[in-house]
Amino acid sequence: MNPLKWSLVEPFYKLLIGEDRKGQINNITKMIGLPIAGLVVFLLIWQGASSNIHTSLGQFPGPVQTYEQFISLQEEAEASALKEEKFYERQAERNAQRVEKDPGYVPTIRDYTGPPTFFEQIGRSLVTVMSGFFLASIIAIPIGIVIGLSANAYAAVNPLIQIFKPVSPLAWLPLVTMVVSAVYVTDDPAFDKAFLNSMFTVLLCCLWPTIINTAAGVATVTQDLKNVSQVLRLSWWTHVRKIVLPCSIPMMFTGLRISLGIAWMVLIAAEMLAQNPGLGKFVWDEFQNGSSNSLGRIMVAVIMIGIVGFILDRGMLILQKAVSWDKSVTLR
Amino acid sequence: MSEVHLELTDVGIEFPTPKGPFRALEKVDLKIKQGEFISLIGHSGCGKSTVLNIVAGLYEATEGGVLLDGREVNEPGPERAVVFQNHSLLPWLTAYENVELAVDQVFKRSKTASEKKEWIEHNLKLVHMDHAMHKRPDEISGGMKQRVGIARALAMQPKIMLMDEPFGALDALTRAHLQDSLMEIQKELNNTVIMITHDVDEAVLLSDRIVMMTNGPAASIGEILSVDLPQPRDRLALADDPTYNHYRSEVLRFLYEKQRKVNH
Repeated sequence: MNPLKWSLVEPFYKLLIGEDRKGQINNITKMIGLPIAGLVVFLLIWQGASSNIHTSLGQFPGPVQTYEQFISLQEEAEASALKEEKFYERQAERNAQRVEKDPGYVPTIRDYTGPPTFFEQIGRSLVTVMSGFFLASIIAIPIGIVIGLSANAYAAVNPLIQIFKPVSPLAWLPLVTMVVSAVYVTDDPAFDKAFLNSMFTVLLCCLWPTIINTAAGVATVTQDLKNVSQVLRLSWWTHVRKIVLPCSIPMMFTGLRISLGIAWMVLIAAEMLAQNPGLGKFVWDEFQNGSSNSLGRIMVAVIMIGIVGFILDRGMLILQKAVSWDKSVTLR
Repeated sequence: MSEVHLELTDVGIEFPTPKGPFRALEKVDLKIKQGEFISLIGHSGCGKSTVLNIVAGLYEATEGGVLLDGREVNEPGPERAVVFQNHSLLPWLTAYENVELAVDQVFKRSKTASEKKEWIEHNLKLVHMDHAMHKRPDEISGGMKQRVGIARALAMQPKIMLMDEPFGALDALTRAHLQDSLMEIQKELNNTVIMITHDVDEAVLLSDRIVMMTNGPAASIGEILSVDLPQPRDRLALADDPTYNHYRSEVLRFLYEKQRKVNH
């Protein structure tokens, strides 16, 4: 990969060496100028509209207030980090003193238990969404392959998929909650129940696109390739591994990408209701808190949810491009 | 030439359709000797491919049967390698890996890793593809893809090679090159080959015998023409050869006088 050929770099490089100046300026305007113009217009409309909306928690936050809240969230996170550091310092000091007095004493290390900061909540959300998505993929891909290979299995399973696909996460959540509390009974839980509730809700909602697209991908195996497999007398397993899987990978990844998008959307709702630490809970807590800063903080969360979702999707796109053998298709 | 290698006896096949069974072939009788090159020629829709698919084991004959070295053919297998019309290479694998898939399967235990590698490269060299063996199908031309398809079939070390209009989708010049390559390989390996074609020149140039098929439904073998031209054959020298032109006109006469296709 030549960095000078990167679409973000190439026009600047060409402009520098004086190749087709006019064309490059056009390119740069299109690539950077127009998105910035769009953003500026959006910010102006946001500012104008927000100053006219008065809620019971005060004026609706405009871009400036939202930015202020973002800074304040950052400061809180820094303060909390400092507090945590101090806590461990104090604890180590105390333990050292006790060991000095009584050499037989084995100090217990206590964890810091402050409230999670905004940025820690993002991390928790990511862990939950990736666990749900990962488990869903492990279940959905084999099902997709099996129903893609057999028209009978497809006919049997397809109605179920069509029925469960449109179900809202909010409908699943109470059921998941009850089942988790009934089934997951241990004295020493490795996972928080709220975490399991949101994860399983995410899982239930993001199974379907992967199943459907994997099955469709398997159906793209042509009769010619099946004949090749038959002439070579490939075993069922080798046939799946060497022919069906690679053939269906582009479609499979399309499904995975849609699933991850849904997973992220569902997660926020699930976290709100399941009270699982994460961005959803942050939004809900701020809403319940009802201070004059709350709406600004929720706005920060909204933008953050969008940015993280965008990054997740880009990540999947990069992965999809890396594993797709069919380079004639432009992925976007 | 030795005794009978492949034997089709009274082969017929019916396909079920919504409007009732459709009879594609009837009473196809053919005996092929080891090392013979046979062309199947006929109008499109006459069941040439069906014959080939039955020999390949991809279709099962409704009546009659196929014997290869005295054993009944009832499923596909690498001893009857197929070169498909549209190459059928796996698009995500390189030329080398495509041949490797076949070699790994056929010589799973009988060859060591280095022997396999040598054998794959040997076969790609045979079809003059050794310079591009690490390219994927979408990076090479149609003719080159078909060469890889032939290399894959040869690498299975088949008892008989079945070619379904292997050069049908290629332009005339590329086709001539591939025909020359095929003759060269044939001289070296003396394979038994059944090739479907609708190119009269190709049939006369390459074949020991040309099997001409009647029109479907219920198609059968119309005539069999033995081509008695000395090997190796040179397309330029043969262009003015009276015997060659005689064979050529025999086939043309069969196709356009005796079996003229009415509904086109």
